[in-house]
Amino acid sequence: MAPHPPHLVYADNPVQNEPKSECGWESLRWAYERMRANLDEADYDVIVILSPHWQTYVGTHFLGLPNFKSKSVDPIFPNLFRFDYDIDIDVELSRMIHDEAQADGMVVKMMENPDFRVDYGTIVSCHLTRPQWDKPVVCISSNRANAYYSVEVMQEMAAQLGRATSRAIEKSGKRALLLASNSLSHRHFITEPEIPEDMSAEHITSHHLYLWDMKLIEMMKQGKTKEIFDIMPEFTEQAVSESDGGGFSWILSALDFPTYPAIVHGYGTIIGTGNAVVEWPAEAAANAEVALRGD
Amino acid sequence: MTGEIVLSAIVPVHPHPLLVPEKNEGWGLLRQAFTTLRQRIIDSGAETIIIYSTTWPNIIGHQLLADPNPKWTFVDADFHDLGSLPYDFQVDTNLTHAWHNANERRGLSSRTVNYHGFPVDVGSVVSVSLLNPDNRFKVAIVSSNIYANRSETLVLSKACLDAVKESGKKVAVICAMSLSNRMFTEFIEPNEDRIHSLKDDEWNRKILELLEKGRLEDIAQLSRQIHSQIRVQKVVSFKPMWFLSGVNGQTNNLKGEVLAYEALHGAGGAVVLLTPTENSAGDKEYDEDDAEVFSGDRSVLEGIEDRGVTTTTATSNEDDSNKDTAAINSQSAPKPVGAYPHARKVGDLLYLSGVGSRTPDTDEIPGGPCRDENGISLDYDIAAQTHMCIENVKRVLESAGSSLEKVQDITVFLIDMDRDFATFNQVYSEYFVDIKPTRTTLAINALPTPIAVELKVIASF
Ligand SMILES: [Fe+2]
Repeated sequence: MAPHPPHLVYADNPVQNEPKSECGWESLRWAYERMRANLDEADYDVIVILSPHWQTYVGTHFLGLPNFKSKSVDPIFPNLFRFDYDIDIDVELSRMIHDEAQADGMVVKMMENPDFRVDYGTIVSCHLTRPQWDKPVVCISSNRANAYYSVEVMQEMAAQLGRATSRAIEKSGKRALLLASNSLSHRHFITEPEIPEDMSAEHITSHHLYLWDMKLIEMMKQGKTKEIFDIMPEFTEQAVSESDGGGFSWILSALDFPTYPAIVHGYGTIIGTGNAVVEWPAEAAANAEVALRGD
Repeated sequence: MTGEIVLSAIVPVHPHPLLVPEKNEGWGLLRQAFTTLRQRIIDSGAETIIIYSTTWPNIIGHQLLADPNPKWTFVDADFHDLGSLPYDFQVDTNLTHAWHNANERRGLSSRTVNYHGFPVDVGSVVSVSLLNPDNRFKVAIVSSNIYANRSETLVLSKACLDAVKESGKKVAVICAMSLSNRMFTEFIEPNEDRIHSLKDDEWNRKILELLEKGRLEDIAQLSRQIHSQIRVQKVVSFKPMWFLSGVNGQTNNLKGEVLAYEALHGAGGAVVLLTPTENSAGDKEYDEDDAEVFSGDRSVLEGIEDRGVTTTTATSNEDDSNKDTAAINSQSAPKPVGAYPHARKVGDLLYLSGVGSRTPDTDEIPGGPCRDENGISLDYDIAAQTHMCIENVKRVLESAGSSLEKVQDITVFLIDMDRDFATFNQVYSEYFVDIKPTRTTLAINALPTPIAVELKVIASF
């Protein structure tokens, strides 16, 4: 789980696009540092990300050209985030996931317009996870079935997409890093302090959102992801969660609902929203499987 | 010359009429309607087009596009296969900055944005491309806000009107919006397009029927019902009619013409033209609150407002014209009774609006009001009112980071000099004998609320 607050990457400031937000949000940046250190040990070929800021209402879409290069300016916080990106796409794997999902009856589409601007959620999460930008990426849009139907319908679609994703990855023989680019609770403040980094103004919007976030984090730590899936409708509604975009449900399904403990690298708030950087390590997954088989 | 809004319109947001009008008869008719609307804007003598865009949602207040020449190529998140939408247009930066300032004066959080590559939204790009292909007009674009409700949207429209009047220009106002916004969730052939459901279609037609009669404010007051009936909660709820009616003075005094109504992948797209007229379509069906200043604190939960003060400052890039001025509203002082903040910081000085003797929160006047509802004079307690008045001054000053000790100049307004001056002066000296600001005392006819004393204060920090 790799949330995408632009506040963690002040893009335009240093030319090399390294994070440089002074006196703000360190705990989340440290969380990303810890996750990066773990990922440096892992060997993977491709990043597969689902971002809630590429919002599609007509099916699920996949970036379908080998490279996208442009500038991303955050539409909400343009004062904080302006980023020159150059992102390589693993079109082969994108298409494989697309085809798997399509074969399963899902409405899907490849996005092949070279002028398309990659959404800022994808860019922030990818940059914080892999600032070298040396791994190809598969970018999946967020279908807004939650808005059109219900959280339950959204979950069913996200779960179906998750299964298609894991099948396609298996068939490809590639080692993939999955990123669900979303926060947990997602109620913003509606004012910004004069200095955006004024940490005396930064905290969770309300205690009940914090309690929801902690409950979810505890469940992830205990490997109770099937249980998370079951309470997702309540959580999404009551914590106004960004899980409404489907990324959280998708990643749990693609990982086949981990029962092993997740590593919670850190938790912090960004203009009142709750964000956690959480890792489900492949090694733990392998061990869990071994234990299950009993050999 | 006072500026005015000479024409209003609603237009659809999806790119089909712009990119592939030939593929579906309805999309072609919408395209023609855009062309007709463009001609009508030219005929109206408008110099600037203002766009309120529902496809530009914001979180922190409202944003105004202030890049003098936005230029980029937009691609729709869903309909990218229809083609790219390059844009290159001129922003009316004077009007935009005036609007931003008016927003702040009316208590709204507001930001001008001037960044190369800022993503102009689909609704605005479609409108600009079809209504202004040759950059004949300048453009001003404002975002919507995901949390804003009626009062805030209405105050935004009044600030817009302030700026239009100040500009001296003739202006056309466009709302880029869908009627029903439920699209098909599957890919369809162009010839299969129709309004998603009969219910959506019936509501759309009802809305258009009212608009055709010029009953804009009636429609505005149905916004919540429209939202619950035919709007998918995408990012923002249905609020453009509040804005459009607000800039037209919240009346039904309009002439309406529906230029087209067609389906866009299931959503309801209409081009409707509204021109001001003397002849009202009739009284409004309801009369909702009419906020002049946004003083609502939507932060219902504890938050950064805890310090008891909110400040709004211009934070735009390459624009420092407002750096040193900030409107200040204290949450511990009585609510303003007009379009003004409690105080404004200018350089090293803090200018306070007139402060009266109402009790914060309850608005009660200690010792009772000086006149009743019919204007009949009542006995009142000038000592109690003076104490409250000075306490209120103190609250505003402290909220803004100043204090009573830093008051430099006071203008005193009394409604009855003969009766009240001696007592007033006695209480006054209890607070200011050591501080010694300069002072001027005036007798006046009346104050806006039934109080007997008001202070106008300038302080330092
Ligand atoms: Fe987000």
